[in-house]
Amino acid sequence: MNKSADASNYVSYLDYKGKHTGIWAWLLSTDHKRIGLMYLMGIIVFFTAGMTLGALLKTEMLTAGRTIMDPQTYNAVFTLHGIIMIFLVIIPGIPAAFGNFFLPIMIGAKDVSFPRLNLLSFWLYIIGGVLALSSLFLQGGPIDVGWSFYVPYAIRTNSNVSLALFAAFILGFSSILTGLNFVTTVHRLRAPGMTFFKMPLFIWALYSTAWIQVIATPVVGITIVLVILERMFGIGIFDPALGGDPILFQHLFWIYSHPAVYIMILPAMGVVSEIIPTFTKREIFGYKAIAYSSLSIAFIGYFVWAHHMFTSGMSDIARAVFSLFTFLVAIPSGVKVFNWVATMYKGSIDAKVPFLFVAMFIVLFSIGGLTGLVLGNLATDIHVHGTYFVVAHFHYVMFGGTVMILFAALHYWFPKMFGKMYNEKIAKFALVFIFIGFNTMYFTMFILGYQGMPRRYWDYLPEFHNLQFISAIGAFIMVTGFLILIFNLLHGLLKGPKAEQNPWGGVTLEWTVPSPPTIENFDEIPVIEHGPYHIYKEGQIK
Amino acid sequence: MFNGPTQYASDVDSIMFFIIAVSVGFLVIVTVAMIYFIFRYNKKRHPQARDVKESAILEVVWIAIPTILVLFMFYFGLQSFYGIREIPADASNIKVIGRMWQFSYAYPNGKKSDTLFLAKGKNYKLDLITTDVNHSFFIPAYRIKEDLSAGKTNYMVLKPAETGEFDIACSEYCGLNHSKMYSKLIVLEENQYNEWLNQGINKNTDSTKTTNAAEKK
Repeated sequence: MNKSADASNYVSYLDYKGKHTGIWAWLLSTDHKRIGLMYLMGIIVFFTAGMTLGALLKTEMLTAGRTIMDPQTYNAVFTLHGIIMIFLVIIPGIPAAFGNFFLPIMIGAKDVSFPRLNLLSFWLYIIGGVLALSSLFLQGGPIDVGWSFYVPYAIRTNSNVSLALFAAFILGFSSILTGLNFVTTVHRLRAPGMTFFKMPLFIWALYSTAWIQVIATPVVGITIVLVILERMFGIGIFDPALGGDPILFQHLFWIYSHPAVYIMILPAMGVVSEIIPTFTKREIFGYKAIAYSSLSIAFIGYFVWAHHMFTSGMSDIARAVFSLFTFLVAIPSGVKVFNWVATMYKGSIDAKVPFLFVAMFIVLFSIGGLTGLVLGNLATDIHVHGTYFVVAHFHYVMFGGTVMILFAALHYWFPKMFGKMYNEKIAKFALVFIFIGFNTMYFTMFILGYQGMPRRYWDYLPEFHNLQFISAIGAFIMVTGFLILIFNLLHGLLKGPKAEQNPWGGVTLEWTVPSPPTIENFDEIPVIEHGPYHIYKEGQIK
Repeated sequence: MFNGPTQYASDVDSIMFFIIAVSVGFLVIVTVAMIYFIFRYNKKRHPQARDVKESAILEVVWIAIPTILVLFMFYFGLQSFYGIREIPADASNIKVIGRMWQFSYAYPNGKKSDTLFLAKGKNYKLDLITTDVNHSFFIPAYRIKEDLSAGKTNYMVLKPAETGEFDIACSEYCGLNHSKMYSKLIVLEENQYNEWLNQGINKNTDSTKTTNAAEKK
């Protein structure tokens, strides 16, 4: 260990020379920061691909009938859009990129518990991603089943379903192994003195998420194997023509995929609980309420999956029970929002870019959550089920929620990760574009859905034309905003001014190390006496 | 408050209105409070953050009020929904058959059609069957839908209150021409309906010919 904090000895993880050179110094690196950064690159590339597919879908919706593609292509494009965004962007998203990079630093460790396993997870992620995309170019054609793979259609279509399912299976392992790694790291590698209740809230969020990944992901893995067996060997499990039950598939699928929604949103909530204190200079209001609401979300979240199946012909009692639990799971999310806003009260607010992304998140996530009430209610859900209303709702929650916080995290930790700074004015400009485009695009879809526009439709009735057109324009505005955002960050990376060690006045451990950090993070492992936000209580920070 | 083509559709709109009103209330409170704090407690105006004591009462209040409101929502939805699950004793059974990518209908007297005809003011129970993959039978104007799940028979109850033409759409993704899987519901006065229903049944062979001729056109 290098004990001197001498500036001349400082070599950042970006410049560090190890056993391998050139590109291999990255692709074979077991350094959690390099792996996190590679995940981040992968996620941005896949997000750009998914967004391009989404923009193509919206272009097709500019006019009824054919605009740029035929129905078979449209069905494949929305399927790939869903698979890429869910399995390659939102699920790995914050934990794999920012969790890998910051979890060890924020608990005062040099790396995760199993660095080689971590590299394996990354490679599984890349292999899964390539397999999913390769179905585009192979015989049989791109898959056209939707990301939910509903049987019997997924059993009967001739497209490359088995390949895409196999890709999802591999990605599941990447997720499970990362979860395992994080759980072990949090248990074994916390710095001396850092008890669980002295951990930053982001670490709490990653820790809870890791457990859901380890526990829930195997269920979808098994379901996928069953579908592949059924397709290849004709074993009757889900297809009624073979003596199976398609409703069983829906249950198994959503038993994983609903808790997966919390795998997607909990890390984002953790980032919000870091950014708000940093920019308001206040301890998060209701720390315990937020912690307990996370726990209750994770717990009740396991008992709401069948609200995805309100119209599938379940018994009426089952529908009532799942409706009740769905309403109850809304409460803890509401509590979080109230506490975040209350933290701003009497703070000293510096509305920098990361904070503005969080403020935007609070509005969009609230709209997403509140429209969830419409979907939990049996009478109104039956009407809007399977329409654009649902599409708008989950984009408000997943895109307006998780992805906006991915952007917030990117702008919050960018100076730490790269030691460079982006242009803040241009970032705010991009944010305004994204906000306007987002609402123009998705809010109109709530109206379309209530008017009866079903989802996954290549064509539409003439009366939907005006709103479809407005929604597509919103999509183009949002894509423009995203491009500005990415170019601004790239420009900052190449030509930006040097960033300080602690540009925002953050109090968690990552701000005590240089930007960018050294290969082993700390010259000396810190000893922790207080929780990270304790300092605000004593009023030591101006 | 709302006038729909069925009593149930009006009820759904009223519940929707209630949920949206509550939601807009919460959204406005959260957004306005946040924007006010961002300006009022801006770094320039308020350079030193103050510590605010956590308040158990506040936490209880903002857990209790939303809980009560959502329980009301749950109850209204459940009550209304159970109303359309009870099968009235005088309901006539009609079979809805879905296949890629069209709906067809079979009436108790053996008549078949590609457009659903119903009589105003009568109770119906639709049995929903698919011959291939899953579909969903959605009548937007009636605010009602139920899946046609492969391997089982689902049902739906309805009572048209107005004559007219209404769209029927498939709302469960079913492959290539999913977006073309539209059908129509035509609600007639009872006497017209009976006339339509019995037309062609007595002289069965003729009607098959006319339907075939119509389809060929």
